[in-house]
Amino acid sequence: MSIVEVSGVGKAFRGVHALSDVDLSVAEGEILGVIGPNGAGKTTLFNVISGALSPDTGRVRLAGDDVTGRAPDRIARAGMVRTFQLMRPFASMTVAQNVSLAAQHHRLSAKALREHALDVVERVGLGPWAHRNATDLPTAGLKRLELARALATRPKVLLLDEVLAGLVPAEREPVLDLLATLREQEGVTLVFIEHIMAAVMRLADRVLVLDQGRVLAVGSPEAVTSDPRVIDAYLGEEPTHADA
Amino acid sequence: MTELDTGAPVVPETAPPDRKTRADKGFLGRAGIVAAVLVVAIVLALVQSGSGLVVWQSVVTGILTGGLYGLIAMGLTLIFGVLDIVNFAHGAFLAVAMFISFGMVQATGLHPYLTLVVAVPVLFLLGAAVHRGLLSGAGGRSLENQLLITLGLSLLLENGLLMFFGAEPKTIALPGDFQFPLLGAVVAGSRLYAFLGAIVLGGLLYWLLRRTRLGTAIRAVAANAPGASLVGINVRRMHTLTFAIGTACAGAAAVLAGPLVTVTPTLGEQFNITAFVVVVLGGMGNVVGALVGGLLIGLVEQLTTIYLGGQSSLLGVFVVFVLVLFLRPQGLFGRRA
Amino acid sequence: MSITIEAPAGSSEAVKAPPLRPQNKQLAILAVLVLVAIPLPLILPAAQGAVAVRILIFLLMAVGWNIMSGFGGMFSFGHAAYFGLGAYTSAYLLVKHNVSPWIGMLAGMAVAAAVAVVIGYFSFRYKLQGAYFALATFAFAEMLRLIVTSSAFANKSVGYSVPLIQDSSLWLIQFPADSPAYFWVALVLAGAAVAISIVFLHSRAGRYVTAIRDDELAAASLGAPVLRHKLMTVALSAAITAVAGAFYTQYYLFVNPDLGFGSAISIQAIVPVVIGGIGTVWGPVVGAIIIGSLTDVTATLLRTPPEFLGFLQGRSGLDVVLYAVLVILIVRLLPKGIVGTLAARWRR
Repeated sequence: MSIVEVSGVGKAFRGVHALSDVDLSVAEGEILGVIGPNGAGKTTLFNVISGALSPDTGRVRLAGDDVTGRAPDRIARAGMVRTFQLMRPFASMTVAQNVSLAAQHHRLSAKALREHALDVVERVGLGPWAHRNATDLPTAGLKRLELARALATRPKVLLLDEVLAGLVPAEREPVLDLLATLREQEGVTLVFIEHIMAAVMRLADRVLVLDQGRVLAVGSPEAVTSDPRVIDAYLGEEPTHADA
Repeated sequence: MTELDTGAPVVPETAPPDRKTRADKGFLGRAGIVAAVLVVAIVLALVQSGSGLVVWQSVVTGILTGGLYGLIAMGLTLIFGVLDIVNFAHGAFLAVAMFISFGMVQATGLHPYLTLVVAVPVLFLLGAAVHRGLLSGAGGRSLENQLLITLGLSLLLENGLLMFFGAEPKTIALPGDFQFPLLGAVVAGSRLYAFLGAIVLGGLLYWLLRRTRLGTAIRAVAANAPGASLVGINVRRMHTLTFAIGTACAGAAAVLAGPLVTVTPTLGEQFNITAFVVVVLGGMGNVVGALVGGLLIGLVEQLTTIYLGGQSSLLGVFVVFVLVLFLRPQGLFGRRA
Repeated sequence: MSITIEAPAGSSEAVKAPPLRPQNKQLAILAVLVLVAIPLPLILPAAQGAVAVRILIFLLMAVGWNIMSGFGGMFSFGHAAYFGLGAYTSAYLLVKHNVSPWIGMLAGMAVAAAVAVVIGYFSFRYKLQGAYFALATFAFAEMLRLIVTSSAFANKSVGYSVPLIQDSSLWLIQFPADSPAYFWVALVLAGAAVAISIVFLHSRAGRYVTAIRDDELAAASLGAPVLRHKLMTVALSAAITAVAGAFYTQYYLFVNPDLGFGSAISIQAIVPVVIGGIGTVWGPVVGAIIIGSLTDVTATLLRTPPEFLGFLQGRSGLDVVLYAVLVILIVRLLPKGIVGTLAARWRR
């Protein structure tokens, strides 16, 4: 059964169609990569799925429930959590507090909540920073904080918006390992937007290509990257194979 | 006049032609709704008062007063449109100018309107000084800081006036003021002059923004400050100039309104509130919208007095305000952001 | 993850974890402050005793405003609405129905909280932000003032006078004019308000509120129930401000539309917090002490002015001029307020 089901979603801004008639279905435990040229509507798609925007047309279902237009916090508590491409830490809190906030709705005891938060902080490699203010983190650290907060919610589905962008290749490896572990050990379903093709090829079971708000192709990474329509869409913006 | 009718905002029109016609259609629709509501309101007022003359008098007074509100709000909306500053001290600037006018008339016996020659430049300089000294730079950047600084400034100016002039209400007499009948309504000459003055000054401001190099530079800064600085416009200077022009508008409005009101240090508060309503109604940053909004609010105020009587004229103004804030925060003549 | 991001430069040892319950320390400090304050009215001369009560009223208003605008980041320009509702509800119940002002205070809190929730719901529903939100709060306070001014039900512009009784009564919150009891009642109320603000800030709800202030969409995306917590914050803030209004009426024995709902009241709720430090626990306390005593200092100064201020004798307005200057200077030079700036220094 598919855990995330998007059907016929459209969204326009001032007459410009950011998304039109997008269908997408993700099976439980699957890893789906979303690629596409800049401005293809990838982040808008995440905004619609996560409830930050309501679509003009179409439905979004999570584990069979219609969550279209539902407030983002309710969707998050239902188990589908997204990260942001531009990092958005809570500036007045420490790293550990940022993470602990994300787990608050599980109603743990104060002690258990703190332990859970510190666990997650360790897991993403931010241990030494736990009690520092979040805004002190370098870019790579903020990226991991985004991930840590999302993990702390114990999500069923993770929507990751370019978690690798801005990281040097050596910093990407551990993140990719972590994501793979998440699926293997905890059965988390992953949907991730990524520009770095090597990461997509390595991690994704299937790849969805968006172009100008439409689904251009869906399929295995190999099939998609050899699809002439995809290559066409990327003309002038060669997929960065050599990047990693 | 067609350009005026589109309620051209400070920010230049950039929409492609096909969407401009759509925007125009929406605009006409809204104008129609506003007109229809006005007609209903006037009919209700007729029913309530049972006297055509009372309503006609209210409409005339409302429109004439509304012109002044428009002029005050133009300064406020200009400052908002270009600098993104919600200036809580605008009413206090108005009060300062009124006391300048009062003081000069007292001291020299000058004709009140002649004090424009002093009040407007002084307010211009005051505005420039306030912007340079208090609002530009890092300390004045966040919205909260701007609100707090202008709020502090308004308290400072009002209570400064209170300290030096005392709280006793004062009047500015207009020599040779007269009244004349207009289809049964009585119109005071001072009110008519104030209205005409407001329209002329409003037109002047519009001309300045639309037809001069300075105005073009100001509009460029409003639309895109970094871009404007790339083509060699001194953004900070334009900001200071705009703030100064905005406060000078308050100065001019104060002199025109002086003979119509009792002058007290806190009278700016009332005008400030009304001006905010007008600015939001006309669309924040929209100069022509401010004038139209001013006329509407002048009418609303007078009609509310007919419905509810006495002291509640502002209540209707606030009801309109809250409705606009919630339902159409970009104002009647603005586009959705 | 295999690779740990290196420890921040310049910190050889790990930063110590904050205590599990940071509120305990703050509550202990509060208890000491309250204990120290108890004998004050017995020591101070009567005039200063009145200043002390005024400081506590400022403190109540400041704590109320700080919860919504400081902790919650929802900048209110209309807290007079809640102050006035507290004052009028308790005065109405006392004058018309002979209900104890304690009950009236509770009723006022409930009314103010309910109105705040309604205003808040519409403001959040229609996504009013920044300047628009501030203007809307201002408009609602002014509307209430105008409605009260024109309602026979609320005695129009006359307002209510509290009926005087012969002797003192805690149940009716009425004592002889210079009785220390007023101070003690106000101290209990203000102490409780500060304690509530401390507990709230460190509660889970308080942490949600802080996160929503820092970044609403990010907080929502992690499951923080946004609307519920915003409404909870405005309700708590309004209720505490209503206590200030109800006590004010009992202390000054009188309230009218301007004293209850005037825009000056909204400003009096804001100014102490700005001076002390927006969003800090102790900012309202420091700010209320400064603003409350400033009025007294200037009044004394103008009663027998030194020669160079002779022209100001008998004039009013100097106190507000001084605190306006203070507000402008603090915003320009110490945007975190006195307490916020000191706390930042301390940490370095």
